Amino acid sequence: MSPRTVFIEASYLAASILFILGLRSLTHPDRARRGMQLAALGMLVAIVGTLVNHEIVRYDWILGGLVVGAVIGYPLGVYVPMTAMPQRIAISHMFGAVAATLVGIAEFWSLGNGVRVGRATMAALGFEVLFGALTITGSFMAFGKLQELLPSRPVTFRGQNYLSIGMFGIAVALFVTLVADPAHPAAFYAMIALALVFGISLVLPIGGADMPVVISLLNSYAGLASAATGFAIANNVLIIAGALDGASGFILSIIMSRAMNRSFSNVLFGAFGSAPAASAKTAHGLAVHAITPEDAAIQLAYARNVIVVPGYGMAVAQAQHQVRELAALIEKNGGSVVYAIHPVAGRMPGHMNVLLAEADVPYDKLKEMDEINGEFKNADVALVIGANDVVNPAARSDKGSPIYGMPILNVDEAKQVIVMKRSMNPGFAGIENELFYRDNTAMLFGDAKASLSKLVHEIKQA
Amino acid sequence: MQGVSLLELYVFVLAGFVGFFTITRVPSLLHTPLMSATNAISAISLVGSLVLAGADRGLPATVLGFVAVTSATINVVGGFIITDRMLKMFKRAGPAKGQQR
Repeated sequence: MSPRTVFIEASYLAASILFILGLRSLTHPDRARRGMQLAALGMLVAIVGTLVNHEIVRYDWILGGLVVGAVIGYPLGVYVPMTAMPQRIAISHMFGAVAATLVGIAEFWSLGNGVRVGRATMAALGFEVLFGALTITGSFMAFGKLQELLPSRPVTFRGQNYLSIGMFGIAVALFVTLVADPAHPAAFYAMIALALVFGISLVLPIGGADMPVVISLLNSYAGLASAATGFAIANNVLIIAGALDGASGFILSIIMSRAMNRSFSNVLFGAFGSAPAASAKTAHGLAVHAITPEDAAIQLAYARNVIVVPGYGMAVAQAQHQVRELAALIEKNGGSVVYAIHPVAGRMPGHMNVLLAEADVPYDKLKEMDEINGEFKNADVALVIGANDVVNPAARSDKGSPIYGMPILNVDEAKQVIVMKRSMNPGFAGIENELFYRDNTAMLFGDAKASLSKLVHEIKQA
Repeated sequence: MQGVSLLELYVFVLAGFVGFFTITRVPSLLHTPLMSATNAISAISLVGSLVLAGADRGLPATVLGFVAVTSATINVVGGFIITDRMLKMFKRAGPAKGQQR
């Protein structure tokens, strides 16, 4: 090994260690920031190490790419609001996949359009561009849905699943052909095109509430594409970082799918978009109890134990700061307030935690589902803000319900439930929520932010 | 360019295990920062893109390399900044209550 190679390899080893330490630090919120700064340092080390690579003969394009990337990336890091985090994460999966895919294409092209590609390298390149290409379009579709450029409800048509599976099958067949004999440029580019279309057809039928699974899955695919790049260009730090990312996305998809009571194979094959069967109970003849902000304020002002259950509605209304303000008033009156976070509340893993942390809610008040579910029976008021399916008791009792079996927050056990909701429209899954018709449930209709502001105002008056 | 060696497969599998055991211990509180962190880390594919953009393999490869460098840099810069921004927000109630607002 020449000194130069030693330097490069040492920088990659250092980067790998720092990445793992960085991820490890995320097991505790107090150490996490410092650890991720170490990981960023690792990235810098790896970049510096790469720049002395003997293959690099000119730096103008490199510098150009670094500058343009930094100019685009900096505002994406600094100015994107926390409420836009799901789409921000989705689009970043796309950028990662673009890089991996283009490296794969250039590698294939520069080796005589496949003529000088070995079989094993071809297998790596194949995985790289397959995962990469479907992640590019899949993430872009997810971004479009979350940014509401596209309809966020499932878009389906007849034979959709067969079409998707057919396309995927052809892509895999092309892949096998290529590994047998890599010198087939047409097959290689056709495979990429198919994977691009497949990415669209994978995400199109998926609705907003299923986004946490999709984003996690795309996270995993983007990581696997990076790892495959590492195999193709024989680079260990890429393999390690890609494996870490792949494992992380994989674990998150499992956690998310469990939290929605979907089987894991259901997630892997992406068949989780199917429209819910119309088997749910309808609520004919039942009446809801509407409550005025004044009455709700009185109940909250005298409550000792309040559990707040945030959902996507809170994110849409950007009401997290008002929630915090209300909680501060209740605490001033001597009550206690904690927050019950369902794993799939919102549009991505951990969505609610980030929003509430932004509003200065201390993280020890954010309780996971298993931790808080036993506490609802002691709660004077459970305040549900824009959550629906994750508090629907039908998941426990109604076998015909599409969400039957999904673990939910036991909000209905609280002495009084106040549900903030814009209207009586059913939630994403399109099913009625019998919680809203119970005797101990009161509905506070209106925009969550406006309602919360009124509550704060009323309690201050009192 | 050498082929894929068995050693690389070892690296991949072992790194996957390290990732699995580390990440299962990340609390759901930090799942969003985890996602942006792993995304920023996997932008290490920048390393491959840099070589591509700087090597002399013909204009198409260089241009693809340039676009790849740009995309990966977006994730490196934006990803680490936004992860830090999120992690900065997580505070505990604790005794330091008076200072946090």
